[in-house]
Amino acid sequence: MSIPMEAHERTPETRVPRASPPMNDPAARATQIADATPAPNVAPAPAALFAAGVGEKMRATDLNFFYGKAQALYNISIRIPTNHVTAFIGPSGCGKSTFLRTLNRMCDTVKGTRVEGDVQLDGEDVFGLDVTSVRRRVGMVFQRSNPFPKSIFDNVAYGLRVNGGLSRAEVAERVERSLVRSALWDEVKHKLHESAYGLSGGQQQRLCIARALAVDPEVLLLDEPCSALDPISTSKIEELLLTLADSCTIVIVTHNMQQAARVSDYTGFFLMGKLVEFDKTEQIFQAPSRKETEDYVTGRFG
Amino acid sequence: MTEATRLRSRHMVNNVMLGLTGLFTIIIAGALLFILGYLFINGARNLDFAFFTQLPKPTGETGGGMANAIVGSAKILGMATAIGVPIGFLGGVYLAEYGNKSFAFAVRYLTDLLNGVPSIVIGIFAFTLVVLKAKHFSAFAGGMALGLMMIPISVRSTEEFLRAVPNGLREGALALGTPKWRALATVVIPAAKDGIITGIMLNLARVAGETAPLLFTSLNNRFWSPGINQPTSTLPVMIYTYALSPYDDWHRQAWAAGFVLLMLILTINVSARMILSRSRYSGGR
Ligand SMILES: Nc1ncnc2c1ncn2[C@@H]1O[C@H](COP(=O)(O)OP(=O)(O)OP(=O)(O)O)[C@@H](O)[C@H]1O
Ligand SMILES: [Mg+2]
Repeated sequence: MSIPMEAHERTPETRVPRASPPMNDPAARATQIADATPAPNVAPAPAALFAAGVGEKMRATDLNFFYGKAQALYNISIRIPTNHVTAFIGPSGCGKSTFLRTLNRMCDTVKGTRVEGDVQLDGEDVFGLDVTSVRRRVGMVFQRSNPFPKSIFDNVAYGLRVNGGLSRAEVAERVERSLVRSALWDEVKHKLHESAYGLSGGQQQRLCIARALAVDPEVLLLDEPCSALDPISTSKIEELLLTLADSCTIVIVTHNMQQAARVSDYTGFFLMGKLVEFDKTEQIFQAPSRKETEDYVTGRFG
Repeated sequence: MTEATRLRSRHMVNNVMLGLTGLFTIIIAGALLFILGYLFINGARNLDFAFFTQLPKPTGETGGGMANAIVGSAKILGMATAIGVPIGFLGGVYLAEYGNKSFAFAVRYLTDLLNGVPSIVIGIFAFTLVVLKAKHFSAFAGGMALGLMMIPISVRSTEEFLRAVPNGLREGALALGTPKWRALATVVIPAAKDGIITGIMLNLARVAGETAPLLFTSLNNRFWSPGINQPTSTLPVMIYTYALSPYDDWHRQAWAAGFVLLMLILTINVSARMILSRSRYSGGR
């Protein structure tokens, strides 16, 4: 099943960008999935992982990540499907956040880290692109909501103003659209110019989602976005993700297995810095091919 | 020793310690109140309207005021802020947000050393650098000396308050594709703004009473001194000069000046604390 590829010949110390092969031929796609097979001790992803017509938005190939000398990710190879929800699960400290942060190069902000292997966005090496344009295209929502100490409006408008080029009316229109998309508009429309800190935790998190959506990202990364929220706020955000997935590629890290099952189309299971299994969500939860995955999703872990 | 006696002796030690700490607190507070009260009685009693509006009278005449010293102090403190704060602020931003480890360590160490340099030495430095070069005393030299003294605390307080800004705010801004300088200017620094302003004000209050560096630099002047290039009168130097004089009237005016200076410093201090206490990111250590 596995065909040798240049990816496997690469020496670990260098990170050589690689052009993405064409994606329109189903047969070729199947081969690529096999190519993207992770570390040798890991089960290969089934060939027909992506349904016909599902494109590849991002791809990581043989990705290794180091915090100083400590390695946090080992040979991660994965393809993220376009306009679907991909969930990452796994025990604490297994590298989910670290992996997520390599996708928009937020990992660059931590000093003394090192990346090997490559990450592609629409076939382009993200480490070769300008970092600000990568982050504009790949938005991120953090575990702890982090609204700026500004008004609700200014929070959402922030990214638009940084990019520039929009008139005031256009900014106002985009702010409204983003707040509507993040299901916050009705709750805040009468107090757009009040401080964002007056909002509840769940509203603040949706505000952060609106802020990320305002710049129209192609991919939205969410790192445990609901871990500090009550069930009602959580279900609002889950609904939101499902609707967003029509127009945006979503990658969510969660500790909540039910959440992964509810919102995601594909699920990846991380364990100790490795991507143990990546498959359709039903497959992962009903018939995982790896023992570790089964133990984890059935709660028999550790 | 039985359990009971051990317990009793422990209680006793506790009470003695509590008593001692209380006693010393009272002594400190008492000393402060005594100084304030003494200054208040002697200062406020000798303060009149002329103090704020008139120039000093020639030696031997009574009356007059210190209007020129009040303006001179304001001018020199303004210059000191204009010199010390931008340098200190940018240095603090660098240390908090960019500095590489060992260089930042060296800079921090040097600012701490600079902070420990006696003010009179700073005065000599400004004297050599500015006064000797220009061949005359000037307000500028005084502003430069005090500005130099403000740098270390500006650096460290800016750094502290920037560090207190939650990292999530930086990440939130960067994750939107904001260039780092812009994230700093529009999110991180505004979030630390109240703390930084407080730091500047406390810093100003600290140098407002400095006398030694001004004796070498701005010296004194019995008249108005326009511009920044002439010897200039300041409140601390006036207090020094008048208090050492043999005239009772000057002694009275020195008290009044001391009182005004103290009120000025207290006002700066109190408003700084108020800014900080209403601030959301009062973090600090
Ligand atoms: N800034 C950092 N510096 C050094 N090591 C780090 C840093 N961040 C994470 N690590 C290490 O990298 C490994 C992976 O961490 P990561 O945060 O990616 O895990 P995670 O799967 O997101 O865990 P959690 O579910 O608890 O959020 C851990 O061993 C962690 O200790
Ligand atoms: Mg995490």
